[in-house]
Amino acid sequence: MRPFTRIVLHNKGIAYVFAMAFLISSMLLGIAIGTVAIPVSTIIEIIFTDIFRLQGQGIDPMHASIVMEIRLPRVLLAGLVGASLAIAGSAFQGLLRNPLADPYTLGISSGASIGAVATLFFGVSLPMVGAFTLPMLSILFAFATVLFVLFFARKVDRLLRVETIILTGIILSSFLGSFISLMIALSGEELRQIIGWLLGSVSMRGWEYIKIIFPFFLIGLVILLANTRELNAMSFGEERAQHLGVNVERRKLLILLSGSLLTGSAVAVSGTIGFVGLVIPHLTRTIWGPDHRHLLPLSVLIGGGFLILADLISRTIIAPSELPIGVITALIGAPVFALILMRNRRERSAGR
Amino acid sequence: MITVNGLTGGYAGGEVLKGISFQVGHGELFGILGPNGSGKTTLLKMISGALEFRKGAIELDSRPLTQYSPKQLARMMAVLPQHSDQAFPYRVKETVSLGRYAHQKGWFHSWSEEDEQIVLKVMEQTGITHLQEKSIVELSGGERQRVYLAQALAQQPRILLLDEPTNHLDLSFQKELLDLLKKWAAEEELTVVSIFHDLNLASLYCDRLLLMENGEVLIVDTPAEVLKEERIKAVYKTKVKNHPHPEIARPQLLLVPKSDGNQAANFQIDASYLDIGSDRIALKTPAKLRTMSSGITGAGIGWHNSFVHRVVPMDYDCSDHKAEMAEFLQANGFLPSETVAMMTAVPAESVAHRFFKNGEVSIFIMVSAGNTHRESPRNINTWLFINGRISEEAFIQSAMTAAEAKIRVIQELQGSSTSDAGQSAGISTDSICIAATQQGELIAYAGTASPLGKLISDGIYSCTKQAILNYRAGKTL
Repeated sequence: MRPFTRIVLHNKGIAYVFAMAFLISSMLLGIAIGTVAIPVSTIIEIIFTDIFRLQGQGIDPMHASIVMEIRLPRVLLAGLVGASLAIAGSAFQGLLRNPLADPYTLGISSGASIGAVATLFFGVSLPMVGAFTLPMLSILFAFATVLFVLFFARKVDRLLRVETIILTGIILSSFLGSFISLMIALSGEELRQIIGWLLGSVSMRGWEYIKIIFPFFLIGLVILLANTRELNAMSFGEERAQHLGVNVERRKLLILLSGSLLTGSAVAVSGTIGFVGLVIPHLTRTIWGPDHRHLLPLSVLIGGGFLILADLISRTIIAPSELPIGVITALIGAPVFALILMRNRRERSAGR
Repeated sequence: MITVNGLTGGYAGGEVLKGISFQVGHGELFGILGPNGSGKTTLLKMISGALEFRKGAIELDSRPLTQYSPKQLARMMAVLPQHSDQAFPYRVKETVSLGRYAHQKGWFHSWSEEDEQIVLKVMEQTGITHLQEKSIVELSGGERQRVYLAQALAQQPRILLLDEPTNHLDLSFQKELLDLLKKWAAEEELTVVSIFHDLNLASLYCDRLLLMENGEVLIVDTPAEVLKEERIKAVYKTKVKNHPHPEIARPQLLLVPKSDGNQAANFQIDASYLDIGSDRIALKTPAKLRTMSSGITGAGIGWHNSFVHRVVPMDYDCSDHKAEMAEFLQANGFLPSETVAMMTAVPAESVAHRFFKNGEVSIFIMVSAGNTHRESPRNINTWLFINGRISEEAFIQSAMTAAEAKIRVIQELQGSSTSDAGQSAGISTDSICIAATQQGELIAYAGTASPLGKLISDGIYSCTKQAILNYRAGKTL
């Protein structure tokens, strides 16, 4: 590495400035671009006006409503979902010491999908929550799945080793997957809706969905950020972590549960968007190193920005139609992942 | 510092340890030995708190292990793993800094100046300061092991547990690491408990050793006591020979391979092997002989297959005789590393040699005697080949027996002496080489009363006498 590159990459301050700039520009782009283009200066004006309850001078009410009612909530939701998946992915990869782990490894996505697909398939509408039946059931099923995985894994192996957790998650995912396939096979006109949900989307959700995900996001974020040193220790192996003084059992449970909280709520509001939780942690780690104290917060910023851009592409590329966002993340994510893999392998083999 | 009492337990499959008890004191370097599957690693895991035990107690500093919180335990005790897998390319300094985890407080763990100083110090001590910005996946096995050692030391533990610490290290790092541990044990009262596969390393460095067999303690004692030949033979089911270290008072064990290559042929050393030339007398044997000798090349104890008795002129320059001798040997087709060589000015034709046999035992002797150097009035060189397997004890007895016989000849001839050959018995230029084929039944003794001793005594007597008489005759001619 050249000295200059080394300095830039090792300076964490620069890393945060860059990641923050990436997130903010993604947000501005996401709000500005669409069937009606809105200049960035106007966007800033509208948002400030709204926050401080000022009387906007000369602001087009249509622009204001597009920004505040449609695009801002959409961008925020995409950002929150991307951030949740990215930080959960980083934490799971570190905890499970497996670079192939992602937020869905534990079977959370299958659980959430069962809830969502069943809602659509049976046309369920719970009293009290009404239109929010789907996210609510989805989130409930996600948590039930994670608790079951942990309970079952603990039954099998009292030490709750990561191998056991991963295997249990994979088995349960396949098991639940068969039920989803069954419902899809039996579905009629709900098919489009079900497939659309499974591929993921953040469109037409509004502020209500942000209210659903935000508390979970906040709780999960705080807990994970308080466990970054433990994650560092545990990525050297659980026994090593214990010898370094980490209360492994408690920390592991805490990290698994808060990661699941983030993932479950993200899936519930947007469907199963793939690759964000796998690629963003890798990308961030490759650029700025594996230290979880910085990896986690940087993943939040990069993951949020990435999903906002993916959403922007999904709704503009074949406008006025929209592509499912999951297709975009997979189309971008898979090649990026392949590139990172190639680069890392080459670096490693060159180092030997 | 560590007290283990009646420790019993293991994995779900069954009990690995059965009633283990021992104590380790402050600042002690304590080694755990035992064959594969004897429970060494299980024991270490239980002491480190990684594995629960079913019965018994472990106390650290008079407090039960189970009463320590994970962080308290990490401040008390550090563990150097046999191997560590790293999924991610952390940098060396980040890795070492993790050792400070147990010392940091609060939710977000602030990094203090003290933490920084300690990390820098342990990196310095383990010699990895220059690697600190490197990624640990780029390091060699030995460097990585030192990084983990630094991490363990950053915990500032009072006890250090190691599982075969020298596993991936080359010779110099093994020594460096163990020297370092020894130093810390002495200077900082660090208590070190380590598993060893290499009995000899354990013997060199440990204050006390624990030998395990089938999950039980066989013995806890000093290396000299634990590493007895018979005991190791029984526990490891392997033939070994105990041999003292040449420099320090520690026992070393040598493996004895099933076939040592010395069984080439069943040969008997006699006059037919002797090759007498004008400037040297040589004897080459089909296999290497165990030798104990004084002389110029190959002196001491060793294994050799060429024996050279070199004749030099009276005015030979002795300033660097060793190097000159090596050159001579090489020029004449002898490998200095496989040769026992002596030097004399006595003419080659005056030597006496003879084969002696008494029942099963046979020896071949060659003696050269005479005045050699202007300043040295007498020089008697003796070769004694024994066709048999003799003990070290018998080697020494052979030397004594031979010396006594030689003195007997000198005293006897002194009266009739016309020259000064008999003056001052005990001149340092005399050399002897005793070589044994080490084949056949073991002969334990070679004192004058034993059959071998008798043969040596008579043989040396007659050969030495003959050699002196030959020399006198040659001189008067």
